Amino acid sequence: MNETLVKARGLTKRFDDLLAVDAIDFDIAKGKAFGFLGPNGAGKTSTMKMISTVSPITEGEMSVFGLDPRTQGRQIRQRIGVVPQEDNLDVELTVSENLYVYGRYHDMSRPEIRERTKELLDFAQLSDRADSPVEPLSGGMKRRLTIARALINDPELVILDEPTTGLDPQARHLLWDRLYRLKQRGSTLIITTHYMDEAEQLCDRLVVMDKAKIVAEGSPRGLIEEYAPREVVELRFADGHKEDAESKLEGLASRYEVLADRVILYTDDADDTQRGVASRGLDPEQVLVRRSTLEDVFLRLTGRRLDD
Amino acid sequence: MTALRAPLRFFESQLVAYRRTWRGTVISSFLNPILFLTAMGLGVGSLVDDGAGDLEISYLAFVATGLMAANAMQNGAGEGMWPVRAGIKWRKNFHGAITTPIEPGDIIVGRAMWTLLRLTVVQTVFAVIAVLFGALELGPALLAVPPAALTGVAFMAALTAFTVTRETDESLANMFRFVILPMFLFSGTFFPISQLPGFLELIAYATPLFHGVELVRKIALPDIDPSVVSSMPLWIHLAYLVAMTVLGIYFGSKYLSRKLRP
Ligand SMILES: Nc1ncnc2c1ncn2[C@@H]1O[C@H](COP(=O)(O)OP(=O)(O)OP(=O)(O)O)[C@@H](O)[C@H]1O
Ligand SMILES: [Mg+2]
Repeated sequence: MNETLVKARGLTKRFDDLLAVDAIDFDIAKGKAFGFLGPNGAGKTSTMKMISTVSPITEGEMSVFGLDPRTQGRQIRQRIGVVPQEDNLDVELTVSENLYVYGRYHDMSRPEIRERTKELLDFAQLSDRADSPVEPLSGGMKRRLTIARALINDPELVILDEPTTGLDPQARHLLWDRLYRLKQRGSTLIITTHYMDEAEQLCDRLVVMDKAKIVAEGSPRGLIEEYAPREVVELRFADGHKEDAESKLEGLASRYEVLADRVILYTDDADDTQRGVASRGLDPEQVLVRRSTLEDVFLRLTGRRLDD
Repeated sequence: MTALRAPLRFFESQLVAYRRTWRGTVISSFLNPILFLTAMGLGVGSLVDDGAGDLEISYLAFVATGLMAANAMQNGAGEGMWPVRAGIKWRKNFHGAITTPIEPGDIIVGRAMWTLLRLTVVQTVFAVIAVLFGALELGPALLAVPPAALTGVAFMAALTAFTVTRETDESLANMFRFVILPMFLFSGTFFPISQLPGFLELIAYATPLFHGVELVRKIALPDIDPSVVSSMPLWIHLAYLVAMTVLGIYFGSKYLSRKLRP
């Protein structure tokens, strides 16, 4: 039942001397949403491009639909939809012409495209802009159009490289809903994102990449259980007091992380940790207690914040 | 036919975009031949024909056929440069296309098809205007269209390969300034290259425009005075231009693939 759609072994990408993807292995199951997380430059986009066969594999093995990306790129691309990290809509065409041309690239008939265009414009909430040129669309509208365009051929596998970057919260939630529906209909999704809530919401499985390697793999829940203690105490200090506090943190919690703006304590018992904070004379301006999230896993594994 | 399906799809996308931009190019299609034929033919031509009456055909016919090849060269070279640069860098439509079943080679073959179509139209306009100017008879004028279009496609193919390997827009402008323009002036468009000093004549023999010009003249004006054309057989000109097209497409596809799929 759990058919593997994409399988990679020792997948490697090198740009001259730079190792962008370093011998990674993964299996992406049919009908699931698979996420790639990782800081800037981790190698996510390079991996997406190898899967979508627009970047040659330097070393290692990969199969997509059981086909070989090295020799059967055309057949693979016929069955996938690609949302690249950077929009590359054709600014000399209108909204619907962008869809039309893509449909033709996929060898679809005109009536087929016409019907699909109506659905997709509706899906992307761009029906009233069908004949508008692309240029004056807002960033979010362009993103939605790029996503709609990727779906023109009703792909079995959709590769989305940071699909919701630049979208407002409404648009993001709308898109999550659409992606969820897509999955319900049997499509497989591969998503990279810097939004941990997005990964938690959408992905059945995910990998965390750092410095060209996969450093962890699992379900969002599983990763949180594995890599982050149950609770988190966040402390914010007034200017200059953080450095002073740093020396008193040892032993307060099972682990701590000092970020630019705050200190994060990972613990199994937040009450106990808070008492410790008080008894050691730490005087934070603000204390926040919460449950661990994927973001904490990310911080732990990659040792820096996403937005640094 | 199936091998041409993907290039045809890309060709079609060019048509879709052209629906909005054709007006600008139509004006130049008419204006170019009118200006050149007026200046060269009516002005210079009347002097030449009066002096040297030994041409079997009028100077106007000589220069009109040359101009058709040269005009096709300019249009073809333009097609090989700016839209290619745009597809890679500004408009980025090449990047979009290669995430679908389209391959880089399909893009170039599709663009060659598009150039062939466009040049056929542009050169037909040129031919008709040449007829109206009394430079050519209708039959020869129309016969000149296919060889002129081929000349343009050969330039498009070669310059596509060139453009893909260049990083700066400066190098494209220089290409026009230092290669295309001198060729326009010294490859037999306006006077037989036998009038060039020895070594320049040899260089002129090697230029693609010379072969384009000769091909157009020998096809359109079979009775032309043998002293104003070369003694090379027709097939050499044809083979030169076909080889240039094929090599341009081959290397263009190879370089474009490297460029679009790092
Ligand atoms: N065409 C290229 N030429 C040379 N180096 C490249 C190229 N594309 C990517 N790289 C390098 O490969 C590494 C991985 O880049 P990649 O785009 O895969 O990262 P990423 O995980 O997608 O990052 P981000 O979150 O910023 O999008 C980086 O060091 C990058 O500079
Ligand atoms: Mg990226």
